[in-house]
Amino acid sequence: MVDARGQSCPIPVVMTRKALEKEKPARLEVLVDAQVAVENVTRCARSLGYQVTAEPQGTDFKLILSK
Amino acid sequence: MKENTFARRYGLMILAGVVVGAAALILTAAGNPKNMGFCIACFERDIAGALGLHGAGKVQYLRPEIPGIVLGAMLSALSFREFKARAGSCPASRFVLGLFVMIGALAFLGCPLRMVIRLGGGDLTAVAGLLGFLAGILVGVAFLKKGFSLGRAYPVKQGEGLILPAVMAGLLALLLLAPGLLKFSEEGPGSMRAFWLISLAAGLAVGFFAQRSRLCMAGGLRDVFLLRDFTLLAGFLAIWATVTVGNLILGNYNLSMLSQPVAHSQHLWSFLGMALAGWGSILLGGCPLRQLILAGEGNGDAAVTVLGMVAGAAAAHNFGLAGNPDSAADGVYQVGGIGTAGMIAVVIGFAVLLAVSLLHLPGKEEA
Repeated sequence: MVDARGQSCPIPVVMTRKALEKEKPARLEVLVDAQVAVENVTRCARSLGYQVTAEPQGTDFKLILSK
Repeated sequence: MKENTFARRYGLMILAGVVVGAAALILTAAGNPKNMGFCIACFERDIAGALGLHGAGKVQYLRPEIPGIVLGAMLSALSFREFKARAGSCPASRFVLGLFVMIGALAFLGCPLRMVIRLGGGDLTAVAGLLGFLAGILVGVAFLKKGFSLGRAYPVKQGEGLILPAVMAGLLALLLLAPGLLKFSEEGPGSMRAFWLISLAAGLAVGFFAQRSRLCMAGGLRDVFLLRDFTLLAGFLAIWATVTVGNLILGNYNLSMLSQPVAHSQHLWSFLGMALAGWGSILLGGCPLRQLILAGEGNGDAAVTVLGMVAGAAAAHNFGLAGNPDSAADGVYQVGGIGTAGMIAVVIGFAVLLAVSLLHLPGKEEA
């Protein structure tokens, strides 16, 4: 689980990328709180071969990245 | 299929770039200074002057473009349910970073947006600024890779997110209802201005499209180096292309190092000024334009950054730190630039940015 809520651009992407490249997980959950972070993390995860689904959670979003 | 993907990915960003470029051309045609249709740093400096925060008589005017951008971004964010009041990510550090981004930008004579607009006018002195901006971004990216973060922001009451839009609405009200309280330049760049309604409309349009597209001058280059992602860069290039084509059509394109409007040929300090602005923008998560957009979306930290930039503009002119344009007097071309005080301020800025960068790296247990 990566909790990138409240982080400035592009830190949610940096945190996600680090987790994906370090552990190469089949599934990773990423919490963000801004639409722009949803877009950026999704774009990054897709470029690394992951599928992404986004679930709103109150005012936050849970992104589920899976291979 | 490929075309559809391209349009989806880059379409809005390119449209935003074209809108910003066109707005800059229109504003210049309507009276704003040449190659300064839009400049976030210059216009915040002019606002600081209009409010009497500095006494540089040539750069005082409450530019409606800035309130327009913030309010346009707010309207867009509210319309698309993206307005979220957040704050608490090292606001004091952000204030100081905003201050030094402004000092760097004014050493160069323009924010990253004006740098692109100057390039689009054929101003080759801006190339040194572009190279410095790139260098500053590379340094910022190196710290991002090491885990730099100013920490997370937290949800706050909506009122906090509305503060800067309300301040901007108040400034507009001052301009329209109580201009006698403000200072207005009678000569120099501050005296060159489009009719307020055109400026406000252009600001609203830029704020709206920049909010929708996430346009960011620093982000464009940062994402290429950090993520190999060219989306934001498309906006940067679209502004450049639009302004270049527009100036060629209008006969305002002047490819030269000499006699460029509100620009100087002190290339080393153009380079270093924009390096300071670029590095600072990366630490802040966006360029001066992006800070206005984020503030319009309810981000209190970005609002503090904008206030820091206004304070930086006041400091730059009160202490003689800002660059002076090249000038020609009695047939003699005089190179402008910054004086010793400005050089010292830029060097201090680098020291401050280095300290902030190092102090916000993760500890060993977090890395």
